[in-house]
Amino acid sequence: MQPVQTHSLSPHLRRLEAEGIAIIRETAASFRNPVLLYSIGKDSSVVLHLAMKAFAPGRIPFPLLHIATGWDFRDMLEFRDRRAAELGARLIVHTNPDGLARGIGPLTHGSQVHMDVMGTQALKQALDIGGYDAALGGARRDEEKARAKERVFSHRAPGHVWEPRGQRPELWGLYNTRIAPGETMRVFPISNWTEFDVWDYIAAEQIPVVPLYFAAERPVLRRGGALIMRDDDRMPLNEGEQIENMWVRFRTMGDWPLTGAHESRAQTMEEVLEELRLSRVSERHGRLIDNDQEASMERKKREGYF
Amino acid sequence: MDGSTMSRGLLRVLTCGSVDDGKSTLIGRLLYDSQMIMEDTLAAITRDSRKHGTVGEEVDLALLVDGLEAERQQGITIDVAYRFFTTPRRSFIVADCPGHEQYTRNMATGASNSELAIILVDARKGLLTQTRRHSYICSLLGIRHVVLAVNKIDLVNFDQQVFDRIVGEYATFAAGFGFHTMVPIPVSGRFGDNVSTRSGNTPWYRGETLLEHLESVSVEEELTQIPFRFPVQWVNRPNQDFRGFSGTVASGAVAVGENIVVAASGVSSHVTRILGPAGDQERASAGESITICLADEVDVARGDVLAPIADRPAVADQFAAHLLWMDEEAMLPGRQYMMRVGNVWTSASVTSIKHRVDVATLDHQSATRLSLNEIGLCNLSTAQRVAMDPYAQNRLTGAFILVDRFTNRTAGCGMINFALRRATNVHHEHFLVDKAARATALRQKPMLLWFTGLSGSGKSTVAKLVEQALHRAGRHTYSLDGDNLRHGLNRDLGFTDQDRVENIRRVGEVAKLMVDAGLIVLASFISPFRAERQMVREMLGEREFLEVFVDTPIEICMQRDVKGLYAKAKRGEIANFTGVTSPYEPPEAADLVLDGSGPAADALAQQVLDMIERRMADG
Ligand SMILES: Nc1nc2c(ncn2[C@@H]2O[C@H](COP(=O)(O)OP(=O)(O)OP(=O)(O)O)[C@@H](O)[C@H]2O)c(=O)[nH]1
Ligand SMILES: [Mg+2]
Repeated sequence: MQPVQTHSLSPHLRRLEAEGIAIIRETAASFRNPVLLYSIGKDSSVVLHLAMKAFAPGRIPFPLLHIATGWDFRDMLEFRDRRAAELGARLIVHTNPDGLARGIGPLTHGSQVHMDVMGTQALKQALDIGGYDAALGGARRDEEKARAKERVFSHRAPGHVWEPRGQRPELWGLYNTRIAPGETMRVFPISNWTEFDVWDYIAAEQIPVVPLYFAAERPVLRRGGALIMRDDDRMPLNEGEQIENMWVRFRTMGDWPLTGAHESRAQTMEEVLEELRLSRVSERHGRLIDNDQEASMERKKREGYF
Repeated sequence: MDGSTMSRGLLRVLTCGSVDDGKSTLIGRLLYDSQMIMEDTLAAITRDSRKHGTVGEEVDLALLVDGLEAERQQGITIDVAYRFFTTPRRSFIVADCPGHEQYTRNMATGASNSELAIILVDARKGLLTQTRRHSYICSLLGIRHVVLAVNKIDLVNFDQQVFDRIVGEYATFAAGFGFHTMVPIPVSGRFGDNVSTRSGNTPWYRGETLLEHLESVSVEEELTQIPFRFPVQWVNRPNQDFRGFSGTVASGAVAVGENIVVAASGVSSHVTRILGPAGDQERASAGESITICLADEVDVARGDVLAPIADRPAVADQFAAHLLWMDEEAMLPGRQYMMRVGNVWTSASVTSIKHRVDVATLDHQSATRLSLNEIGLCNLSTAQRVAMDPYAQNRLTGAFILVDRFTNRTAGCGMINFALRRATNVHHEHFLVDKAARATALRQKPMLLWFTGLSGSGKSTVAKLVEQALHRAGRHTYSLDGDNLRHGLNRDLGFTDQDRVENIRRVGEVAKLMVDAGLIVLASFISPFRAERQMVREMLGEREFLEVFVDTPIEICMQRDVKGLYAKAKRGEIANFTGVTSPYEPPEAADLVLDGSGPAADALAQQVLDMIERRMADG
């Protein structure tokens, strides 16, 4: 499929775009069996878009992988299947069968156990089953303090372990893509993008994203200081809780019981950009899993989390 | 946050200087002052400051960038943090680098992608070795703009004399570094003096604040003005009708219709199409990721470099370069590494170290190796001819990395000075009587049997038995071992790591000539390092090299101690004795492993003979 014709990007975005495309091509050229981790959020939508451009007029030479936890927003799953079909991409969906059998979930087991079993362990299983030696993902350095330290080509020891203190120096664009058997690489083509760059690019290139990113009237409840959208009836209401219809949108995508919405009227791309310009809280604010413990992201990454 | 239009483009900045000079605090201050810190992030570091902070009750701004657990616990920076920030006038990528000497490689990582360096000096301490080392690395890596931030000026009572003295000393030291701008500013990262607002405490300072300077400095590097270079990254061939070469334009520009040449092969063609991210385009310049289609079916693969016919890069397999070593294991001349230059991976080794640079004095010293964080001017040789430019002319086609063949660690980085001519003039002579002819005359398949193992493992004993049996069967053989080479050809070599490497290199070359003469060569050498055995394997090729690992536990070798060497080594009378004071790296994929602890030597010899027979029989 031909890439969308752009209406002139800023030099800044053009530079980021060129860098992202180069990193994706490098991955395809250097690894035996790469995969694109498609989490359905805005960042992986940008990576997917860049991948299409990188190989045009050919097709993307690797499959997409989605780790479904069983608690994904229904809107996300619907969007995922529609996009994959439109693009004719090979989509692999994996859910941790052990976790499923044991009925692991965020409400019964807490966010930490749930994210570890259904997120991290599931990802490692899927990578091992597919025998993938490189996994492309949409993580950005401006998201979080441990990510700010990570390389573009980020080496994983056997067992998918990240060793933050022993990272390979990464000079110029001369990426060291060599790995031994059993080792893998995580690759982050949009490392140097900010949240604002991502939206700016999505707007300029008219990249489709999940509707949850835009404000609408949705059924939410207040819990632990967050606005949770009850996407199905697995979440029982506590004493005094009630469902209200409110104008909200989401800044990040994740499992619905763990992702806080915020009140917003931003229904268009322009309005979202305007809201971001004025925002005084960070993107991860709405995530109910990152603040579990100090340095939790680094710990999870060391264990193989994306 | 704001992404609105900027008057000046992106600026890539790194911080450097010695440990604790205040780099991370200064960057934290810049981010804080330009309101890049979100409320929840600030709340989190306020909380963390109580636990890890180094400034008592106040908010420790360094925690905004020191994101790893180990960094927070120790209060130092270990690895580079990349932070992005935007002011109404410009956007920035800041690489906050560690000051600690152990992590110099991470500082080099930051420097390779930056245009301006903020070099911090603690006003109380003045210039330190790390200040000098970092400045020199910045200069080598082609950074042309520096800010000399004399920090912690609050701790010297905002004294102008302290400032002037440090600035004077630095100017003298850095005089030969080729910096186009060097702007000294007295600052306090902790309290914000002269960072983004002018300080009332330094009335004697009339220059710009740090932020004003960063917003206005011009670092325009005319990447588009130098010759076109296009390292091919990926051949795009989705179907019969399309064949394009994808990559990023390293320098210069190209347009549809222009003539280009494939640097290594010299084959030329012209550009028929350029595909960019938004489809077809007429031209493309430095930094753009594109796909180029050519008029002719020329042979182009990943790693090739496309260039203008009139202005080509050098193509060579020998060159001189500055090398910065970044691995715990020292660089030894002669040892083979994997080298990446552009999109080519090839094996490479340092053939000589012309000098090592003392970073404190910039003096040249003679050296036989480069250890962690050392810098030297070296000659290198590669297995394959590659296209290259001097680094001073082109940062992207003149840079390379060296990777350890076994650990895959990025062990060194280099900046090419010039290609060496010598290599292009030495042509290999082709004789009519060649190896195949000689081998046929001798009715055998020439090969090299390489016996490796500890001293006293039984290498020579087995090799002798094998040779006797071969000789009886009418084969033409020759044995090489320490005894017949160390007394002659290798008389000048000792047992240091670099001498062992050179010893094996020479043995390999001699063995190669003998195999070329048609012989079956048996070489028995401890050869403790994988890298050198691999080097010999590559010299000979897979088909003619057979590695035999005589695997005898060290306890048994010590018991046998035929030559009494282990006893001497344990008494400290022999330095660098393998297995005692020097390492042995066992082969990971030997062609044959002999259990030297049990079976009698002739049974082991028989196993070797069987392998030789199999090799003779196939192909
Ligand atoms: N008084 C004063 N203290 C400062 C100033 N800048 C930094 N410090 C203190 O100096 C100490 C070290 O600061 P850091 O910012 O961690 O130093 P660094 O250069 O980043 O250190 P490494 O990255 O580990 O090399 C901290 O306790 C800071 O609070 C300053 O301008 N004035
Ligand atoms: Mg620091």
